[in-house]
Amino acid sequence: MLGIIGKKVGMTSIFTEEGKNIPCTVIYAEPNVVTQLRSIETDGYRALQLAAGEHSEKHTTKAMKGHFAKANTTPKHVLFEFKDFRSDIDHDVKLGDEVKVDIFHEGEFVDVISNSKGKGFQGVVKRHGFSGVGGQTHGQHNRGRAPGSLGASSFPSRVFKGMRMAGRTGNNRVKTINLQIMKVMPEDNLLVLKGAVPGHKGCYVIVER
Amino acid sequence: MQPYLSKDMDFIKKIEQAALVNNHPEFNAGDNVTVYYKIKEGNKERIQPFQGTVIQRRGDGSTETFTVRKISSGIGVERIFPVHSPLIDRIEVNRRGKVRRARIFYLRELTGKKARIKEKRV
Repeated sequence: MLGIIGKKVGMTSIFTEEGKNIPCTVIYAEPNVVTQLRSIETDGYRALQLAAGEHSEKHTTKAMKGHFAKANTTPKHVLFEFKDFRSDIDHDVKLGDEVKVDIFHEGEFVDVISNSKGKGFQGVVKRHGFSGVGGQTHGQHNRGRAPGSLGASSFPSRVFKGMRMAGRTGNNRVKTINLQIMKVMPEDNLLVLKGAVPGHKGCYVIVER
Repeated sequence: MQPYLSKDMDFIKKIEQAALVNNHPEFNAGDNVTVYYKIKEGNKERIQPFQGTVIQRRGDGSTETFTVRKISSGIGVERIFPVHSPLIDRIEVNRRGKVRRARIFYLRELTGKKARIKEKRV
């Protein structure tokens, strides 16, 4: 697996040569730093830990400071492990090495992981896709978006666990798969992906292939 | 990474810059324009003119669009074009209109003599 930690910049659209208008998300990924190497001997699996985003010295714990000092880098905000990262060449990778957006190429398909936008307390229609009542007649007047029955009566005399109800919505880890890379701009540390990416502007995203 | 909000807009502008088309004449709401639009039918490509009044321009950068309204055999037809679309062959401005607002949607309710727009004297 190949990946990088970046930041969602926002959306725009670009035209193809045929005149098609393609909606695109722009991702800004400063060079990530390799902070740990997982190996089969010590950890039982092979992975590369990358770090991105400057973090203030004051808000970094002593333990984490030590961790970053090992890689000879400043404290970072986000750490993420990529399993079997570039397995063909990762015996060359050392602590403190940088990973840039040029690991990707135009036309490739990538997955993007991020936290979706928080929607607050929402009803079942928005949260679980219930269809609502679907009409104003047949005795309805104020329950167009109500959830309906929660279950049977004397048996089981309770509501089953996991019953879909209203509640906090969004702000979940969401993975969007198979987004095509439209453009790679290594000198600006930018990636342009076709389509939408979960999360608000400025949120951290993980782009992986 | 701090939140670089102003910088973020610079990134988006940078990406859009490459696609911008700058050879169209300037025009605004109230102007009468002819848009020559390329249409592909199979392998053939032909150019279709669409003449009417610009009733709004919105957005900026590569997402900017404008709306053209015309009366076609008694029925109002509106068409939205992206300003920077490569499918626009060229735009001709036939008449500069004098209007007081940027979005002249009131034109939709008017017909006949009332739907006229005064010409701008330069």
